[in-house]
Amino acid sequence: MSLTRVLVVAAAATVGLGVALADQPFSSELGARQGQFKLMAFNIGPLVGMAQGNIEYDAATAQLAADNIVALAALHQSRLWPEGSDNDSIDNTRALPSIWENTEDFSAKFDDLGNAARAMQEAAGTDLNALRAQLRTLGGACSACHESYRQPE
Amino acid sequence: MRRVLTASIFVAGLSIAVLAWASRPQPLAASQFDGLDGDADRGEQVFWAAGCASCHAADGARGDERLVLAGGRSFDSEFGIFHAPNISTDPDYGIGTWTLAQFGNAMLRGVSPQGEHYYPAFPYTAYARVKLQDVADLKAYMDTLPASDRPNDAHSLGFPFNLRRTVGLWKRLFKSDAFVVNDELSEQQQRGRYLAEALAHCGECHTPRNALGGLDASRWLAGAPNPSGRGSIPNITPAKLTWSEREIAGYLASGFTPSFDSVGGSMTAVVDSLGRLPAEDLAAIAAYLKAVAPSE
Repeated sequence: MSLTRVLVVAAAATVGLGVALADQPFSSELGARQGQFKLMAFNIGPLVGMAQGNIEYDAATAQLAADNIVALAALHQSRLWPEGSDNDSIDNTRALPSIWENTEDFSAKFDDLGNAARAMQEAAGTDLNALRAQLRTLGGACSACHESYRQPE
Repeated sequence: MRRVLTASIFVAGLSIAVLAWASRPQPLAASQFDGLDGDADRGEQVFWAAGCASCHAADGARGDERLVLAGGRSFDSEFGIFHAPNISTDPDYGIGTWTLAQFGNAMLRGVSPQGEHYYPAFPYTAYARVKLQDVADLKAYMDTLPASDRPNDAHSLGFPFNLRRTVGLWKRLFKSDAFVVNDELSEQQQRGRYLAEALAHCGECHTPRNALGGLDASRWLAGAPNPSGRGSIPNITPAKLTWSEREIAGYLASGFTPSFDSVGGSMTAVVDSLGRLPAEDLAAIAAYLKAVAPSE
């Protein structure tokens, strides 16, 4: 096979792959909504680490993390959850169809997350005990949704 | 011909008699519970370790609502649909009038005050290993909880599982009060084994079952299909659960994984309960999990 031919085949394969990826419905929505949860976990990390004594408590770091969580929880969600982007309809998601059957409850649980995040924002920079006391509520807000609306792996 | 018929009837009759004898409920004598004095404060720890609220609180109950053991949650299985009963203190709709011996026989032997078998959706196969004093303490605590007058729903099961007496044969095959992990264990690991195998009944979801619904002890805690939908219940033997003991205990306390994902699915209620135990108990469960035989 000549070099040109190899290049042509490789290029065609790349284009094909690109088309296949773009063909995955709602791929940008999935990327964005999973990305926001990754950012959430990244910012919860230092709070959990401090609460469990794995890293030393630092008020400034805790405050920044909590501020970020408030900002993330405030993102408007409507465009991230288009109908048909559940795990019955498409791959690469664990979002259960019941989200779209209980939209009011789903958004109420997101509001609870916002409230828990703001309570953490008040507490995180105060002291370690205040942080610990709010972490249970914040974790509870995360798992309230994951209990009902996320499929186990 | 007549002789064959007589013999057949005799054999059939004998078989029925043997089955009836083999499947009979076998409660502990009430005298076994004599002299036990329950302590409600200690019982609260037993309550959270045993995860009673995970099934018996109403679906979606949060915070103090989880102390109202009204029942009503339903559980799909390949044998039919089970409905958690009301075990609140209500004298008519709950278990408010039960004696300690009746309560103990429900938990340890899976036998009701009417002398019938309970279905093993109620994890008495694990609770059979619970100490009598813990049963007494648990009852003392549950006696302090609110009453609910929600009536019970009948289970909807197919034949022959709708015949409660068949459970007696099932118990002969699959119920044992011996611990599963019998290696030499440290004191901490033994405490963890008691919590995990007896009270917290981890094996009920995390161990695969055979065709008759009995736990496959050779694959203890090696993961199983999710009974309530797609996906699976994870393998938590050292072959797959590679978190450190500290990370496992931290997850049970907080619901956050080492990568700061949060607990979800049916494990959410488990962490909500276990997270109320003292840190030493969660560390003991973690130490026990490291002692379980690795199973792929």
